[in-house]
Amino acid sequence: MKLTLRIWRQSGPEDPGALRTYEVDGITPEMSFLEMLDTLNEELIERGEEPVAFDHDCREGICGACGMVINGEPHGPDRTTTCQLHMRHFEDGATVDIEPWRAAAFPVVKDLVVDRSSFDRVIGSGGYITAPTGSAPEAHATPVPKAAADAAFEHAECIGCGACVAACPNGSAMLFTSAKVVHLNSLPQGAPERETRVLDMVETMDAEGFGGCTNTGMCTTVCPKGIPLSSISTMNREYLRALRKGA
Amino acid sequence: MSGGARSGPHVRGRETVTETTGPEPGPGYADYRIGDPLVDGKAPDGPIEERWARRRFEAKLVNPANRRKHTVIVVGTGLAGGAAGATLAEQGYRVVQFCYQDSPRRAHSIAAQGGINAAKNYRNDGDSVRRLFYDTVKGGDFRARESNVHRLAEVSVEIIDQCVAQGVPFAREYGGLLDTRSFGGVQVSRTFYARGQTGQQLLLGAYQALSRQIAAGNVEMRPRTEMLDLIVVDGRARGIVARDLVTGRIDTYFADAVVLATGGYGNVFYLSTNAKNSNATAIWRAHRRGAYFANPCFTQIHPTCIPRSGDHQSKLTLMSESLRNDGRIWVPKEPGDTRAPADIPEEERDYYLERIYPSFGNLVPRDIASRAAKNVCDEGRGVGPGGQGVYLDFADAIARLGRDAVEARYGNLFEMYQRITDEDPYRVPMRIYPAIHYTMGGLWVDYDLATTVPGLFAIGEANFSDHGANRLGASALMQGLADGYFVLPATLADFLARHPHDEVPADHPAVTDTVAEVTDRLYLLLSNNGDRSPDSFHRELGELLWDECGMARSETGLRKALERIPALRAEFWRRVRVPGSGASLNQSLEKANRIADYLELAELMCLDALHRAESCGGHFREESQTPDGEAARRDEEFSYAAAWEFTGPGTPPVLHREALEFSYVHPTQRSYA
Amino acid sequence: MALATRTERRPPTVVRLWRSTIGKKTVMAVSGAIMLLYLVFHMLGNLKVFFGPDEMNGYAHWLRTIGEPVLHHEWFLWLARVGLLAAVLAHGVAAYQLSRRDLAARPVGYRHRRARTSYATRTMRWGGVILALFVVWHILDLTTGHVNPNGESGRPYENVVATFNTWYGNTIYGVAMVAVGLHIRHGFFSAAQTLGAGSAARDRALRLTANGLALVLTLGFLAVPVGVMTGVVE
Repeated sequence: MKLTLRIWRQSGPEDPGALRTYEVDGITPEMSFLEMLDTLNEELIERGEEPVAFDHDCREGICGACGMVINGEPHGPDRTTTCQLHMRHFEDGATVDIEPWRAAAFPVVKDLVVDRSSFDRVIGSGGYITAPTGSAPEAHATPVPKAAADAAFEHAECIGCGACVAACPNGSAMLFTSAKVVHLNSLPQGAPERETRVLDMVETMDAEGFGGCTNTGMCTTVCPKGIPLSSISTMNREYLRALRKGA
Repeated sequence: MSGGARSGPHVRGRETVTETTGPEPGPGYADYRIGDPLVDGKAPDGPIEERWARRRFEAKLVNPANRRKHTVIVVGTGLAGGAAGATLAEQGYRVVQFCYQDSPRRAHSIAAQGGINAAKNYRNDGDSVRRLFYDTVKGGDFRARESNVHRLAEVSVEIIDQCVAQGVPFAREYGGLLDTRSFGGVQVSRTFYARGQTGQQLLLGAYQALSRQIAAGNVEMRPRTEMLDLIVVDGRARGIVARDLVTGRIDTYFADAVVLATGGYGNVFYLSTNAKNSNATAIWRAHRRGAYFANPCFTQIHPTCIPRSGDHQSKLTLMSESLRNDGRIWVPKEPGDTRAPADIPEEERDYYLERIYPSFGNLVPRDIASRAAKNVCDEGRGVGPGGQGVYLDFADAIARLGRDAVEARYGNLFEMYQRITDEDPYRVPMRIYPAIHYTMGGLWVDYDLATTVPGLFAIGEANFSDHGANRLGASALMQGLADGYFVLPATLADFLARHPHDEVPADHPAVTDTVAEVTDRLYLLLSNNGDRSPDSFHRELGELLWDECGMARSETGLRKALERIPALRAEFWRRVRVPGSGASLNQSLEKANRIADYLELAELMCLDALHRAESCGGHFREESQTPDGEAARRDEEFSYAAAWEFTGPGTPPVLHREALEFSYVHPTQRSYA
Repeated sequence: MALATRTERRPPTVVRLWRSTIGKKTVMAVSGAIMLLYLVFHMLGNLKVFFGPDEMNGYAHWLRTIGEPVLHHEWFLWLARVGLLAAVLAHGVAAYQLSRRDLAARPVGYRHRRARTSYATRTMRWGGVILALFVVWHILDLTTGHVNPNGESGRPYENVVATFNTWYGNTIYGVAMVAVGLHIRHGFFSAAQTLGAGSAARDRALRLTANGLALVLTLGFLAVPVGVMTGVVE
């Protein structure tokens, strides 16, 4: 396969950046999208040019490091992570636009690499259960109803890739934040901090410069882990409940 | 304790440079010397059940008011590092933590699928701390330390409590209690799991605890910062040199102790199930500064990975071993048979595992299954692109159980397989091939997890671990968390209490020399103006290691590799090309710097494999097998951990043997009856 | 030991509500719900136009007498107007502030653009502005009578017929009613989500209700000009 790539190149946060066009040849349908970029980068290195910088690590869809907007869609046409997207989803001779996540809270570091540390700060403001090592009671002391355990798991699957923010027209991090709030607030272990958790996390989320939610649902359509839209609604409910209780 | 920074650090950078002028005489490297035996001075004696309690009692404590005066550097944020950083900060120490990823949540522990073992005996099926201890020592093919393994089994129980309290969503039964499953051929059901994402959930638990400490100001987190060297002052580890991967800045960080939780070195093979950026630089640099490297040849190969689809392959993906419960493994009888699997009639298929091991069939242990696959592929009977694969066929299972039952058991795995290969495993047999998965070797540590450099600790997969020559399924997560949450915080206090807090002058020659070496090396890489990409060397090294130091090793092959590696290393320094500058994000530079270390580590792996002329666990020497082709351990000669001391790049290292005593579990030859 | 201490004083609940994005959305949801409820009654009242001038004008007169004798003449109407004005202002200010925030959160857009959200979702902002402008015209036209071709106080029936006998009256009204429908279609669902009523099980029902409400209100409101144009009402 032969492809025309239009890739966002930006040498650093201060550089305005631009789309640059590259031709790649010898792409096979079995390649992953990142392996296609590896191929391009090997050629660029041989030509003495700087390769395209992009985040990636586990390449099996779980670490959440990779992510780029491919033809306007975060992670591309298949609902998965970029590393698990394969070239068979593209046609020979196609032109592919590749851009970084776009959000004020995710400033571009270089090329397709963005700074997602705002996510870490959202978690740090309440996305945990305070349980210092050694203080835990016996695991079976508190049974957890299966439904609650399953709900917690469904939301705990979030990999923090940021596709939800990239897809949202408002650059909102509601799906990310709500996934953690619902995970922990579903469990009896999370109950003591139920109110402070949601209030603090939402406050940090707002302070980091993410936009508000207008319930467009774009976030869930691109989420590689299928975090449901109801997650946001549940967080809203938790938030209003916490405010009412004056936590 | 011997060790410490041996040769003058300022020399070594230059030595690397001199290699660029020509290959060193390779064979010399195999002429290693044998040094003093190594003794674990911290392991208490007495009944094994009481040793950990005794050690904790005898350990000195740090007054809570004094803890904040102590700074501890933790490198890595996986299960071991994340757990250690959070726990040490909770206890009141000042922690400075590093990871190369953009967030501590992305460490590769996240990719572990299966589960975590713990001797809870919730199933009332006869499990106990003693049994987990026994299984682990035996599973490790009698190359692990009994005291450590027993401690691991004891602590396993607390890990589950801790993780549940953190909100880790383990699988549960309808009654609300934790579910367990059996794993890896063990006869009890002691594996706790969170669907196929146990590693992710455990890591997020540790990450969240760590995040809380970061937000509280107790942990100074430095993401996208990679450790490039260890600072050893007066024989003590006092800090690290690290590069900010975004700005390119090289900085020094000082501490009273340094903890390496940087994972294994499986990526030396280029293709492995490790994350692309997992690397050995931290442990290798520590080794060069005096930390002994133990059992580097103990690597684990997982039999059920998705085979490579071509030369572009960048990494391998593992699929749960449980597939072998219902899938049948076969290859065509004739070499070079390129027919589609459906066109190959039953009588022209070779169900080789069922043929060679009639009693165990497709369920033989990992290493046996892996080697058998390699053998049939070497005979030219492999299937798929490049002939590097065997069929794992579910046709019989679907006929016997129905498609729905198969889907219920393996649906998500089939989906993953189809996403990657575009083949429907319900209709076409899966193709699988073994891949490097875990490394049991690592930095040598004593019972306190301290390396041979005072003040330097290694935890998790980075140390030579409690798994001996072979790790059991669902034990990696257990060990990482045991080290991080429970063992290190206790033993580190003892070290800190015995070594008063004092400042390291930033202009100390050991510091400035180390920084100079790091910068020199990066400068060399950037200014080399060669014609080959870093990856091209990595691929070449990986292929060499896979062939000669992979599933089966032989003296001739290893000697060949030992000859080739120095030449490849010299070629690397002569021809590598790293575009861009060191003053900003430069992923080629990161890669090249890691590959430079792989090119040295690979040599030590081959030497270790060569010297250990026995087969044990993941290390199979063709010369050491039973008449029917099984691994033959040689306890009289090799019942020791091999700890290697660095003497210079390409120069023969010194072997220190730590004899292993087995007072509770008596060595037997593994059998599959 | 790192003990968790929460010593910082939190601002009052109302302040926190207004400061947060979720809080502002809640204000929008509640004010939107008030306006939606008003629209339902407004539409029902409008349909009286089909029963002749007496019924319509009588209804208009009754509106001014609600609450008597406890309330003075027209007091209820003014209370309702004040309440509606408050809702409109709260809705508008919150929308304005949230929109500015949302636009700032995506300072650089994608070069490769593709519309993925529904038309109703994408037009919430401009639809809202159109509706605000329409309300001004609508009040000047049929409440105060300033721009009404007839403009006779106390004769809403005749005024309505006069408006819908002009081409521009029909056009403005028609466009606005489509905008109302679209706004409700996304707004109702969005408000339910914001107030925490959404769940996987209820999602479909909420969307159906939103679509139903949007359709009924749009058709109900459009019935009047269509009635005038077709001569059913004259």
